[in-house]
Amino acid sequence: MNYSVRKFDAVIVGAGGAGLRAAIQLSEAGMKTAVLTKVFPTRSHTVAAQGGVAASLGNSEEDHWHWHMYDTVKGSDWLGDQDAIEFMVRNANECVIELEHYGMPFDRLDNGRIYQRPFGGHMSNFGEKPVRRSCAAADRTGHAMLHAMYQRNVKVNTQFFVEWQALDLVRDEAGEVLGVTAMDMETGEIVVFHAKATIFATGGAGRIYYSSTNAFINTGDGVGMAARAGIPLEDMEFWQFHPTGVAGAGVLITEGVRGEGGILRNAQGERFMERYAPNAKDLASRDVVSRAMVTEINEGRGCGPNKDFVLLDVTHLAPETILKRLPGIHEIAIQFAGVDCLKEPIPVVPTCHYQMGGIPTNYLGQVVVPQGDQKSVPVPGFYAAGECACASVHGANRLGTNSLLDLLVFGKSAGETAVKELKTGGRSHKPLPAAAIDKTLARVDRLNNQKDGADVHETRLAMQRTMQKHAGVFRFKDMLAEGVEKILAIDAQVAQTQIKDKSKVFNTARIEALELDNLIEVAKATIVSANARTESRGAHVRDDALDVPETPNGRDDKNWLKHSLWYREGNRLDYKSVQLKPMTVDTIELKKRAY
Amino acid sequence: MMPTENRTVQFKIYRYDPDRDAKPYMQDISVELDVTDRKLLDAMVRLKVKDDSLSFRRSCREGVCGSDAMNINGKNGLACLTDMSTFPVGKPIVLRPLPGLPVIRDLVVDMTQFFKQYHSIKPYLVNNDPLPEKERLQSPEDREELNGLYECILCACCTTACPSFWWNPDKFVGPAGLLAAYRFIADTRDQATTERLDNLEDPYRLFRCHSIMNCVDVCPKNLNPTKAIGKIKEMMLQRAI
Ligand SMILES: Cc1cc2nc3c(=O)[nH]c(=O)nc-3n(C[C@H](O)[C@H](O)[C@H](O)COP(=O)(O)OP(=O)(O)OC[C@H]3O[C@@H](n4cnc5c(N)ncnc54)[C@H](O)[C@@H]3O)c2cc1C
Ligand code: SF4
Ligand code: SF4
Ligand code: FES
Repeated sequence: MNYSVRKFDAVIVGAGGAGLRAAIQLSEAGMKTAVLTKVFPTRSHTVAAQGGVAASLGNSEEDHWHWHMYDTVKGSDWLGDQDAIEFMVRNANECVIELEHYGMPFDRLDNGRIYQRPFGGHMSNFGEKPVRRSCAAADRTGHAMLHAMYQRNVKVNTQFFVEWQALDLVRDEAGEVLGVTAMDMETGEIVVFHAKATIFATGGAGRIYYSSTNAFINTGDGVGMAARAGIPLEDMEFWQFHPTGVAGAGVLITEGVRGEGGILRNAQGERFMERYAPNAKDLASRDVVSRAMVTEINEGRGCGPNKDFVLLDVTHLAPETILKRLPGIHEIAIQFAGVDCLKEPIPVVPTCHYQMGGIPTNYLGQVVVPQGDQKSVPVPGFYAAGECACASVHGANRLGTNSLLDLLVFGKSAGETAVKELKTGGRSHKPLPAAAIDKTLARVDRLNNQKDGADVHETRLAMQRTMQKHAGVFRFKDMLAEGVEKILAIDAQVAQTQIKDKSKVFNTARIEALELDNLIEVAKATIVSANARTESRGAHVRDDALDVPETPNGRDDKNWLKHSLWYREGNRLDYKSVQLKPMTVDTIELKKRAY
Repeated sequence: MMPTENRTVQFKIYRYDPDRDAKPYMQDISVELDVTDRKLLDAMVRLKVKDDSLSFRRSCREGVCGSDAMNINGKNGLACLTDMSTFPVGKPIVLRPLPGLPVIRDLVVDMTQFFKQYHSIKPYLVNNDPLPEKERLQSPEDREELNGLYECILCACCTTACPSFWWNPDKFVGPAGLLAAYRFIADTRDQATTERLDNLEDPYRLFRCHSIMNCVDVCPKNLNPTKAIGKIKEMMLQRAI
C-alpha cells in the first residue's frame, strides 16, 4: 500500500493547553515540529475552563508551595505520586508568571499583581482554612490562557495542522514510538507523521458519560490510541463529578462561584454542606461535595418537581461582584438554566467533569510502562501531558485549578525532555515498520465496507447511559459487575459500527465513528478497573467498602494503596505502587481524609 | 418558556459535497425534537442522527469555542447559543454557511482568509524589556481596558457579516482582526503601538470600515468591534496631527 510520509523532529497531537505549552518549548528550541489538532487550537476544550489556575504566589495572603503540596496529596486521597506533585507545585509560580509574560490578561489586585480567589480543597497551613490560590481571569481563565498560548505560538512560528485527526500510534517491533497516522479531515487523505519524538496532549474523554461538562470533541483519542498500541492505562476508575453542572444541560458552573461566596442549598433552603464538611463547607473537595449533593437528593431533599437537583445560590452577593468576577456564569445561567442568578438560584447536579487517570507518565512527561520486574520504564520517543496523561498528580481526586496547572507544568516538561533528547542526538528517525499504516487502513476500510452494522449514535448513547448508571458518583458492587458485561457487549458493537455517508470531504460521520473506537477503550478501562478496586478512595466510592477503623471512609491502604494499570489486550489488570517519597521534603503521611 | 411536548421542526439547509454535487442545493428536512432540545445545536445533532451526511462544526456547545458559527435565518450566529424558542412557529429554519468564505462542505467554510487577517495584526504581546522575575504590574483600571476585547472567540460571525470584507477579503483586516489589534494596543504591557498603527496605515486594512455596524449586530459575545475600530481611527488621526 502506498501512502505519504511527512518527517518531523517532533509531532504533538493536540493543541489545547498542554499541547500548546509543549509546542512553545519545541519551537523556541528550533525543532521542526508539527502540531496536529482536530479543531482550530483556540477551540480546544481548555477554552472552557473558568475558575483559575493554582499557584502559591501569595499575592493576597501568605501561601507556600508546601501547603499546596499537602492539599494536593490529601485531595488525591494519597493516590497521587508525591514526587510528581512536589515537582508540579514547585513549578507553579514560574509557569503562571510565564503566562503573564506571554500576555495573558489576568485580573489584577489594587497593587497591580495577579488576582487570586479561594477554591475547593486549597487551604493554608496544612489544611487549616481556605486560602486564595487560584489565579483567575474573571471566569474565563481557560479562554484567556489558551488564546495567550496560541498567540505565543504564532509569535514563535509553530507549524499547525488544523483539522487533522490522529488515528493510530506507530510503534516498531522494539516498541519504540515513531509517530502517528492521521487523516486530513478536509480531504480524507491519510498520512504518516514520522517523528523522533511524539507528544500526546489530546485531553479528556468525559464523553463516555451521558451527562458531562466536556465538549463533543473530548473523546479520549490519545488514550484510545495508546491502549490499542499496547500501552496500559493508569487509574482509569477515577472520574471527577463536578458538583455544579447546570441540571439538564451539563454546562459547568465554576467552583469559583462558591469561592466568591456562593452557597449550595437543598429544598428546605438549608446550607447542607455545613453538616458534611464543618470546616471547609461549600469549599470542601469536589468528591465530598458531589456525594453530599447526591445524598441530599437520594434522601428526598432535592428541588424541583422531580426533586432531582439542588440549588446554587448567589443572590446574597453584591450584583457588582457577580458581574465583575463571574460574568460568564451570569450568561450561562440565563442561556442554559433560564435563570437570572442575581435574582434566583441556579439548579445544579453533579456532572462528569475530569479524567484523573490516563496514559502513565513520570514528572518528565515520558510515558512509562512496566517492563520485566520494573514498573516504570520510559517508552522511547513517547511523551504525554495534560488530561490524557496520568503523572500522577491528581490521584483519586483532582483539586480544582490543579488541572490547568498540570497542563502548564507537564506540557512544558514533556517539551523540555523531548528537546533535550533530540538535542543530545538520543533520537533519530528509525525506519518505519512496513505495516506502519495497516492498522489505520483496516479501521477505515472496515467502516467503508461495513454492512448491517450498529448505528454510531445509538451505540455511543448505549455506552454513555451504561457508564452513567453503572459507574457514577456512587458505585455498587453488583451494578459494577453487570456494567462490565454490558460495556463488553457494547464493545463488540463498536467493532461493527456502520456509517451511511462514505464520502471523503469533511465527513463528520466517519470522524465520530473513529472517535467512538477511542471512547469505548476508555469506558472499558474505567469500568473494569472500578469493578476490581474493592475499596473507596477519592472519587471512587462503592457500597461494599465499609467505613470502619481499619478502612477509614472505606479506604483500604493495606491492599489498595496502588495504581491500577489496565491493558486492552486480554482486558487485563496490573498494579504498581504509589510513589510516596517526594523529591526533597518529607513524605506526607497517610491520614483519614476530612474537610 | 420551554415547550412541554415533543414537536416537529422544519429546516431548509444549504447542502454541498464537492465530490457528489455539481452545485449547492437547499435540502428540506424535518426532525422531531425532544423537550430537552433547547438550542439550535441540539436540533442539529438530532438532524445528523437522521441524515449522517450533514456536516457542521461544533465542540463546546456553550458558546466559548467559536466552532458553530453559521447563517441562521439570514443572520450570523452560534447554533449552540440560539434558543429554539426564538424561531417563529410554522416557518422552516433556514441554515446556510457563513457568507463570504469558500464552502468546503455543507455548513463548513474555509476559514483560511479569516485567520490570515487575524495573524496579520501580530496577535501577541510585544514587550522588549528584560523579563521581570515576577508578573508585570497592571492596575485594575488598566486591566479593565481589555474587557470587551479579549473575550473574542474567533467565530467569524462579525467578519463574514461585513460587506467591506466580502469585497476585499484579502485586503481588509475585518472586524475580528481589528478588535484583536486594538486588544494589544489597549494593553499597557504592550510596547508596539506605533508598529501596530503603521501596520494598519493603508487605504484598505483599516479604512475600509465604513461603520455599518453589521459586526456589532451579530457578535454572539456582545463585543463591539466598531467601537474598537473607532478608537484605532482616532489614534491614527491624533498622530497625524
Ligand atoms: C467546563 C470545564 C471547566 C474547567 N475549569 C477548570 C479550571 O477552572 N481550572 C482547572 O485547573 N481546570 C479546569 N478544567 C479542567 C481543564 O480545563 C482540562 O483538564 C484541561 O483544559 C485539558 O487540557 P488539555 O490540553 O489536556 O486538553 P484539551 O484542551 O481538551 O485539548 C485537547 C486537544 O487535543 C486535540 N485532539 C484530541 N484528539 C485528537 C486527535 N485524534 N487528533 C488530533 N488532535 C486531537 C484537540 O483538537 C485539542 O486541541 C475544566 C474543565 C471543563 C470541562
Ligand atoms: S462597522 Fe466596519 S467592520 Fe463592522 S461591519 Fe461595518 S464595515 Fe465591517
Ligand atoms: S468579535 Fe464577536 S463575532 Fe467577531 S469573531 Fe469575535 S466573538 Fe465572533
Ligand atoms: S459549539 Fe462552541 S461556540 Fe458553539
